[in-house]
Amino acid sequence: MPKIIYNDNQGNSKTIEVENGLSVMEGAIQNDIPGIDADCGGSMACATCHVYVEEKWLNKLPKAKEAEVDMIDMAYEPKKNSRLSCQLIVSEELDGLIVTTPSKQS
Amino acid sequence: MKKTDTIIIGAGPVGLFAVHQLGIKGLKSIVIDNLDKAGGQCIELYPDKPIYDIPAVPECTGEELTNKLLEQIKPFKTEFFLNERVEEVKQDGENWIVKTNNNNEFSAPNIIVAGGVGSFEPRKLAVKESEKFEDKFLFYAVKDKEQFKNKNISIFGGGDSALDWALELSKYSKINLIHRRDEFRGAPHTLSEIKKLEKEGKIFIKTPCQLVSIEGKDKIDTITIKFDNGKIEQIKTDVVLSFFGLIMKLGPIAEWGLNMNKKTIEVNSKNFETNKKGIFAAGDICSYPGKLKLILSGFHEVALAAVECFKRARPNEKYRFEFTTSSKTIQSRLGKK
Repeated sequence: MPKIIYNDNQGNSKTIEVENGLSVMEGAIQNDIPGIDADCGGSMACATCHVYVEEKWLNKLPKAKEAEVDMIDMAYEPKKNSRLSCQLIVSEELDGLIVTTPSKQS
Repeated sequence: MKKTDTIIIGAGPVGLFAVHQLGIKGLKSIVIDNLDKAGGQCIELYPDKPIYDIPAVPECTGEELTNKLLEQIKPFKTEFFLNERVEEVKQDGENWIVKTNNNNEFSAPNIIVAGGVGSFEPRKLAVKESEKFEDKFLFYAVKDKEQFKNKNISIFGGGDSALDWALELSKYSKINLIHRRDEFRGAPHTLSEIKKLEKEGKIFIKTPCQLVSIEGKDKIDTITIKFDNGKIEQIKTDVVLSFFGLIMKLGPIAEWGLNMNKKTIEVNSKNFETNKKGIFAAGDICSYPGKLKLILSGFHEVALAAVECFKRARPNEKYRFEFTTSSKTIQSRLGKK
């Protein structure tokens, strides 16, 4: 199973095996990773599953759709490497993906 | 204090269908919601987005679903209390007393909490100075535009609210429109108007950049923004308007003594009652083994909760299960002959 590395902004890190086909958000929620709220449940409507993707992984991810970028406008302290973790679908290619949760989601 | 059979907290699809399920049993209800209109997440988060999993409705938008539900409960002439948030829930013998932030008080034997993920509130600015200026020089909504005349106004956001207010207020104030990226999302007409006003020197567009700090002692003097290329700019500002949409906050629900699981209320899956007799939870806000956060699950949950509500509101009457197709009583409640 692909491993996803969840860092928080304090420097803590958790490596979780996430099933192929689940989103990075679902991987976090199912494993009680703090820092991801996911209020809307993955319908790209709330921006509370916002994460920063490690630079080297940015190009390996499918590009964010317009609706996702629009939603990131609403996120707490968005940066260039901001993504919504509900839109990142886990696959073998993403084995080792590193994401960092923001200091808060709202 | 208003008396009713059931107080419904939340006017989303599940709260609206609760009105129906109670209404056909002859129970009165009132609905309270923090938003200014019914529909909950359907109307606030995805009014134009399609929903494909409402049984027998192959496709509809959040707004269409809301309008259909409102039509379906019209015969019950239910009173809605919008723009109001429930602050307090108190026990009073067999009844519950609910108080809102608008000082309305209700009493009923039943409460159905259909509050989704909580109440919608504006997303606030991250900088620490924002709190001290809030509601005086920093606003998350425009209620009275008169107070924004002849000012230096800095508007944050890239969506319709930010663009529309930039246009409107540019008629009598100097506007800085500040956004984290170059693209704005708004109606093409609005965008071209904004560009025109920029050329005329009425609106100053600052992109791609973000707010660093707000300066001032008793009022706002300046704001500091940082561009993506590292450039820092200080802008003379009297008023800051911030439009980053709404966020859902659980709010006071957590303080009503209900058993919670993360941000959800634990219920049994027989009648969706919480640990407090007469308080039910349905829709996204409730949790029980196997819970799915689907609108259709919420419909099922309120249908069952309504039966228990009947028993509590009419302790001396026997509950009789009836079909809408064949029950003359239900049909007359629905205004059908």
